[in-house]
Amino acid sequence: MLSAILIMAAMGLVLGAILGWASIRFRVDDDPLVEKIDAILPQTQCGQCGYPGCKPYAEAIASGESDINKCPPGGDDGIKRLAELLGVEVKPLGEGLEPKPKSVAIIDENTCIGCTLCIQACPVDAIVGAAKQMHVIVEAQCTGCELCLPPCPVDCIDMVVVKEDISTWKWRYPIHRMRQVA
Amino acid sequence: MSRALYSFNGGIHPENSHKAESCGTPIRTMPLLPRYVVPLRQHIGAPALPLVQVGDQVLKGQMIGSAEGYVSTAVHAPTSGRVSAIEGCAIPHPSGLFDEAIIIESDGEDRSIEFTPLDWQNLDPSALRNRIREMGLAGLGGAVFPSYIKLNPGAPVKVGAGVGASGAGKPGAGHSRIHTLILNGAECEPWITCDDRLMRERAAGIMQGARIMAHMLGATTVLAAVEDNKPEAIAALRDAAAVFTDTATEAPVENIEVVAIPTLYPGGGGKQLIYTLTGKEVPSGGLSTDIGVQVFNVGTAYSLYRAIVLGEPLFSRVVTITGHVAQPGNFEARIGTPIHDLIAAAGGALPGCSGEIIGGPMMGFDLMDLAAPVTKAVNCVILKSPALFAPKPQPMPCIRCGACALACPVNLQPFEMYWFSRAKDFGKVQSYNLFDCIECGCCTYVCPSHIPLVDFYRFSKSEIWEREREKQASDHARQRHEFKTFRQEREKQEKAEKFAKAAEANKAKANTAGADDPEAARKKAILDAALARAQQAKADMAKEGITPKNTDHLPPAVTKEIAEIEARRGQETPDQTTMDIVQDATPAISQNPSPTAPKTDA
Repeated sequence: MLSAILIMAAMGLVLGAILGWASIRFRVDDDPLVEKIDAILPQTQCGQCGYPGCKPYAEAIASGESDINKCPPGGDDGIKRLAELLGVEVKPLGEGLEPKPKSVAIIDENTCIGCTLCIQACPVDAIVGAAKQMHVIVEAQCTGCELCLPPCPVDCIDMVVVKEDISTWKWRYPIHRMRQVA
Repeated sequence: MSRALYSFNGGIHPENSHKAESCGTPIRTMPLLPRYVVPLRQHIGAPALPLVQVGDQVLKGQMIGSAEGYVSTAVHAPTSGRVSAIEGCAIPHPSGLFDEAIIIESDGEDRSIEFTPLDWQNLDPSALRNRIREMGLAGLGGAVFPSYIKLNPGAPVKVGAGVGASGAGKPGAGHSRIHTLILNGAECEPWITCDDRLMRERAAGIMQGARIMAHMLGATTVLAAVEDNKPEAIAALRDAAAVFTDTATEAPVENIEVVAIPTLYPGGGGKQLIYTLTGKEVPSGGLSTDIGVQVFNVGTAYSLYRAIVLGEPLFSRVVTITGHVAQPGNFEARIGTPIHDLIAAAGGALPGCSGEIIGGPMMGFDLMDLAAPVTKAVNCVILKSPALFAPKPQPMPCIRCGACALACPVNLQPFEMYWFSRAKDFGKVQSYNLFDCIECGCCTYVCPSHIPLVDFYRFSKSEIWEREREKQASDHARQRHEFKTFRQEREKQEKAEKFAKAAEANKAKANTAGADDPEAARKKAILDAALARAQQAKADMAKEGITPKNTDHLPPAVTKEIAEIEARRGQETPDQTTMDIVQDATPAISQNPSPTAPKTDA
């Protein structure tokens, strides 16, 4: 009887030690779910979801703190993919949030006074310039987050919708009426 | 002739190939036009970079746009004249969007640059390829892939350079990875006859081009494949090939064989043609060079001959104009010829014309704007009429009959791809090898429900490409955002460290000053003594009730000067006039602007 208890206790200790070691040795630093959610988010870093960037929003979704329908740039497609990943129902975009067409910010060079405030606001460092020098936005790197608009003291930044050209043109979804068969 | 041919799965026999309409008459040359529109993006890859400015005079054959990047090629002026604009113009594209083009107003003289033939047999292969890039050569079969990339055989042992040499890990037999060059003269799409006429009339040039290609690629076998519905073209090519094998003495005789292949659409598709001739399949997602084969259109071979042997860059091509038009046929049209001019040269559209197709009826697209020019990709313009192209019946639901799968020359399952495309489940579509689809249109042709299947595949493909672009952009944005956050943290830390260091240094200085440095101690002592003296003096005076004046205790020289100034001031006081004038003038000046101010406002 005693030997059985001792054997079980010893086994428990050994296995516990192994598990304890494994939990330290194979610790997952970051929540892999956060990474997966972050990969779906459009990385505009616009903060329309109420979080200061896409990663914090991904963390909030992963912890169940926030809903999946708070990202307007991701659109319905993004919500669908998040819903698929998390195994939840697809929802319409949250109230007061509206998807906008993809735009980029353009600085009016005649009005810019070179205050550098927009440079500090840009989350992806897409604005080039220095104090009292004209600023310019690198269009290819602009995510269209609009964060540079409020700090501009002379209101010289405009959002311009990106036009479709030959290299970005897409075939439309074929819409055709099915013949009604009685 | 006795070559064993293999037959690929599927394919269709369109009930009427409509070749007879346009193949009966010789190639006509388009008259010189007053205006040409040369798009900068005529090939797959990056658009060419304009080399001319508005107002520049150009000559025929002059390079007006240079290749930009690896997958790109040059564009040339089709005639002499003046560049009147570089702007967005209608181009032959299914979207109907405008793209940048150089517009040349012809001066009517048609003067050309000096064409210099190349000694291709003795030229360095890399220099020859660069030359071909500058000549603007691109595949004229419709894919318009820059030819110089395809003419790179890749190093058989060393790691190959660039896209054209991918799959360099599979060394081919002999000294080159590419053993077989296939000339594609199949021209399997209905209506089109431009390659047919070209082979009948210019077979010798095609064969010359093929020899240069074989030389560049190190290919030991050259196969020219023509569908057996073009016996005249086959005969002409065989004659041209025979002449070469007889007279070629200076170079090793190429093994050129003209093969008649069965007429079956899409037998002219690159991968189908390779299978028909060699029985080998190009691996999914791979290139034909992976199995040691390179395919060129006969038109490309002919333009290579013109570029190398005659020194002429690619500024014209043969275009079929057929369908509901007065005089169907083939035209040698310069690149940039507006399509309405081409139609006019063919006698104009017949009454009741209901639209135009660029390319063939199977893979072509509807032209949106007749002002669009002939580009390197335009091989055929078909004018539609309701009689020739009956409106498509309305589609009915897919019944999963599998007819499309039987017709598919790539052995795909079109109906599955259709379901998932319709549901926008792009991951699933891709798992059914969507990107192996050559969009030949056989499935749409055979579909008993008349579903426009290819439209769905094109939609899925462009959506997948778009997502790929978006993903790259978002990855890029994420990296940049992470770096910005990291940089801000680092700067904050650096600032804090700097302040801490400066504060520490100040403190240390204050502590150590005087203790270590005898000089500093001496100065400090003097200062302290002076301060003490001044304070003592102030205190003494305060005790005696004297308020110190700054005129007290002055040296005699200064006292004397003050006295002189006082004396002068005393003399001036009676003369008040100047002072009065100044005093009167001051308010006058200050009042002066006020009466004028309302005037400027008004």
